[in-house]
Amino acid sequence: MADIQEKITQLCLQAQVDTTGEFPMVTVDDAQWHDLARALKEQLHYDVLSAVVGMDWTEALGCVYYLTNTSTHELLHVKVATADRENPRLHSVVDLWPVANFQEREVYDFFGIVFIGHPDMRRMFLRTDWVGYPLRKDYDPASNPLRLDDETNEDYTCRWVEDEQGNVKKIDGKVFEDDEYVVNVGPQHPSTHGVMRYRASLDGEIVKKIDVVSGYIHRGIEKLCENLTYPQMLLYTERMDYMAAHINRHCMCMCVEKALGLEVPRRAELIRLMMDELMRLSSHLLSYGCLTMDQGATTAFFYGFRERELIYDIFDRTCGARMSMSYSTIGGVVADVHEDFIKDVRHACDVIEKNLAEYHKLFTGNVIAVNRMTGVGILTKQEAIAYDITGPSGRASGWHCDVRKTNPYSLYNEFDFDEVTYEHGDSMDRYMVRMREMEQCIKILRQACDKLEAEGIQGEYCAAKVPKVMKLPAGHWYQQVEASRGAFGVYIESDGGTKPVRVHFQSPCYNLIGVVDLTCKDNMIADLITITASLDFVIPDIDR
Amino acid sequence: MEVKIKSMKYEDFKDNEYIENLVEQLRAGGTNIIVGKLDQLMNWGVSNSLWPLCFGTSCCAIEFMCLGAARYDMARYGFEVARNSPRQADYIMCQGTINYRMAPALKRLYEQMAEPKYVIACGSCTVSGGPFKNSYCVVKGVNEIIPVDVYLPGCPPRPEAFFYALMQLQRKIKVQKYFGGVNRKEKLEGLKYDGKVLQEEAK
Amino acid sequence: MFDFGTVTRWLDELLNSVMPAWLTTTIECVLVAVGLLVAYSLIAMFYIFYERKVCGWIQCRLGPMRVGKWGLLQVFADVIKILQKELITLWHTDKFLFKLAPYLVLIASMLTFACLPWGKGLQIVDMNIGVFFIIAVSSIGVLGILLAGWASNSKYTLIGAMRSGAQMISYELSCGISILTIVCLAGTMSITGIVEAQADGWFLFKGHLPAILAFIIYMIAANAENNRGPFDLPEAEHELTAGYHTEYSGIHFGFFYLAEYLNLFIVSGIATLLFLGGWMPLHIPGWEGFNHVMDFIPSVVWFLGKAFFITFIFFWIRWSFPRVRIDQMLALEWRYLMPIGLVNLVVMAIIVTQGWYFGA
Repeated sequence: MADIQEKITQLCLQAQVDTTGEFPMVTVDDAQWHDLARALKEQLHYDVLSAVVGMDWTEALGCVYYLTNTSTHELLHVKVATADRENPRLHSVVDLWPVANFQEREVYDFFGIVFIGHPDMRRMFLRTDWVGYPLRKDYDPASNPLRLDDETNEDYTCRWVEDEQGNVKKIDGKVFEDDEYVVNVGPQHPSTHGVMRYRASLDGEIVKKIDVVSGYIHRGIEKLCENLTYPQMLLYTERMDYMAAHINRHCMCMCVEKALGLEVPRRAELIRLMMDELMRLSSHLLSYGCLTMDQGATTAFFYGFRERELIYDIFDRTCGARMSMSYSTIGGVVADVHEDFIKDVRHACDVIEKNLAEYHKLFTGNVIAVNRMTGVGILTKQEAIAYDITGPSGRASGWHCDVRKTNPYSLYNEFDFDEVTYEHGDSMDRYMVRMREMEQCIKILRQACDKLEAEGIQGEYCAAKVPKVMKLPAGHWYQQVEASRGAFGVYIESDGGTKPVRVHFQSPCYNLIGVVDLTCKDNMIADLITITASLDFVIPDIDR
Repeated sequence: MEVKIKSMKYEDFKDNEYIENLVEQLRAGGTNIIVGKLDQLMNWGVSNSLWPLCFGTSCCAIEFMCLGAARYDMARYGFEVARNSPRQADYIMCQGTINYRMAPALKRLYEQMAEPKYVIACGSCTVSGGPFKNSYCVVKGVNEIIPVDVYLPGCPPRPEAFFYALMQLQRKIKVQKYFGGVNRKEKLEGLKYDGKVLQEEAK
Repeated sequence: MFDFGTVTRWLDELLNSVMPAWLTTTIECVLVAVGLLVAYSLIAMFYIFYERKVCGWIQCRLGPMRVGKWGLLQVFADVIKILQKELITLWHTDKFLFKLAPYLVLIASMLTFACLPWGKGLQIVDMNIGVFFIIAVSSIGVLGILLAGWASNSKYTLIGAMRSGAQMISYELSCGISILTIVCLAGTMSITGIVEAQADGWFLFKGHLPAILAFIIYMIAANAENNRGPFDLPEAEHELTAGYHTEYSGIHFGFFYLAEYLNLFIVSGIATLLFLGGWMPLHIPGWEGFNHVMDFIPSVVWFLGKAFFITFIFFWIRWSFPRVRIDQMLALEWRYLMPIGLVNLVVMAIIVTQGWYFGA
């Protein structure tokens, strides 16, 4: 800790480093920020920009950047603020971490902070004619009533550049040229897996450029959380990436528990872990189904769903709901598992293991499937790191980014499982990583069954005692877990009250849409569908 | 008059009074016997061949997929021909939150559909805004922008509930008048928000 | 085996004996047209039901069950529904072409349908260039699809139509070449002639390797011509929403839908006629008793049975394979199927001239 403090002060004299918190915290002025960022990346190997959290501290606007070191997996956060509320401006770091492209657009959309040097400063989630910035504390909700007139296409973009004298000026640009054949895909389109919209410029069947238009399911969860107490907030975590409902909730619970210093009973933690893995299994089965269906193999889709019902049955019997289970709670789980839980899990594991072979027979070896996926939509390891593509998609590019291995949480370090990685990063590898990961899930679940049998008695108390009114001490907390689509992070900033000042969810899928243009360029329309299906994103997780 | 469908017992439905009232209202003027019989034939056809428009925005869409999959298999009722083009679909099953950006698109989709068309508001979010009611950009119930035939609460609803909603829709279709004046126009007038009203309010 | 020709001839004579010749011809034409339309719609409806059931079975589902016994009335409900759906007319479209397109598709499939002999003597006209006629009229369909995509004035439909044009025109070559291979073996273009040439053995078994190859090429090409999976690119649901018929509603869409299934029946029927002996019963040389029993089964049953079996194979392929990409699809045709088909034709010609086939 002290070591890092020394190194950073060496890099930048003005930076203040605070090592009292969970992670080292650097506060720096905007003027030095870009140079420090470059030094952090190039000299200290903070290669990954995990999250950019826009902040409104009332007296100042700013960002908190979360950086991850790829070799030591250490986290570092940097706070950059500007006091100007009228024309807030910060320097962009897109040139260092391309992932910042969409992250900074999000901050611009919510807080109105303009990033100097950002190539494409447009709104991300909200309507183009939106008034004001909703996540600012002084935002008036009445300023934007429901409008049913069609939104105009955003054909113009702009960027702010700084010349050598420090004058900032705005330069207008165009998203598409006039003579381009632009096809609109979405928001209601069968293979965008929800309400995503792309505007694709085509040359015959070849995709030349894709402009991602997001926000068709943006629900303002982060703002909603600011008016709720911590136990109430848990509800929303399940409705973002609904295919990782339990994992997200687990993450939120861990973050609050960390802040409160709560110890979770081991039995509860084991149950949570098992639920996480079941959820991952169900999510990967769905992604298998959707990938196959998007390529026209409808039968494989139904096969995937057949096995998912087994997992849903387990959820149903344990939690009383099939999808949004609301099972984890702060301090443990709501109730103990059903008495046949272990038997059911073992049965499901056996059935799925057997049927995985069938899936491979039906789809993996199929000559059409191989031709459609191999070498299509290649994402190299460098690109995956630069765009912070975690989860199965990142591992397909050969990046070891499984949070369960790099920063083990819960009880994962007690389990014996492999991190599945592939090399090429094409659609086929992304597909195979998921298929192989299911085998690992089964492996973990079997071990967990044994442990749960040995651990405690059925019906034992499964949650720690928590205070009636939960007040998090002032400060901020960050927790990452490995959700089914990558590293999911929860950021909570508290001022010591019952409600948070700011909650931010770092969703893995949001980074995935950042590479859609990169991977789809110069491929065919049909490949666009394959690639997006193999990236496997869940739209509500992107839009939040 | 009892509105029966083959798939479920009449007594098992929860809101028989509502549908009986509806029948009384519709039949108030009396019906010509030939027209009545033709109506019955048409309604039998329409109610048994409901093709959904794939319109899933969030979690409910996954449950809807489960509905199509092997265990629940909506193909048994003939509901499985999910069309991707609104022109060919019969009802729009609105699955998931509708926000301000999506609302014009949903309205347009509804207008693109060919008559007769129906709407099922599926899940708490579409019924009332659900857990996101207080949000700055969520529509508080799709009935504000398009006329809804059946409300299906749940977050997300179970597949069994989907079937219940679909059977309710079938019952509603069974009593509609096809030849003797369609009971659709009044519905549009009763809409809380129309595009024009909203624009005026904005001014 | 019962010859339906006796019935038609008897009817013809009966009518001729009571009324002038022109009236007879008119009445016969009307009768044929009505019979054709009824058969057309019934077969299309049966095929829709058949596909839904087979698809359900492959996907561990049940398929339609509630409307009528085993869901038998499901398709009738669909037809009533689709008949009364609103027909949407669009702004900024070529209205005449937009409305013409579905009828063109329908007419193409109906003309082809009219040429199929369903049983012994159960055929409208036995043309001496029957095969040629079938190939010719079936290509009208692609015009309808192209028009539909073009007239809708939508980017999606246009991409769908262009794909469809490229696909159908390419695969028509392979289709034609494999049909030609069989014509070469049969020595006639008359469909009845081809069927009768198979009385002592189906061409699939009779013609050695070239016939089997031609059969395989025909199956692939026919699947592609029908725009069915794995070649369903023109209406690739997950890429182009509904392809060329995205903008069609009501019965206009219904026509495309019916024609698609009817085309399936037609290609299955042609495969049956060319390779599996048409309405000829299965005869195994030497098994006299067995052959005699087979003769008792009516020829219509033979024809339909074989056609439905071939269709089942098409369903099976559709529901198990992913979709190919446009470049892969064209490569398959121009790089593999066409050259193989051409060589195959030459080989077949050599075999026929040398008399190396069975039963020569």
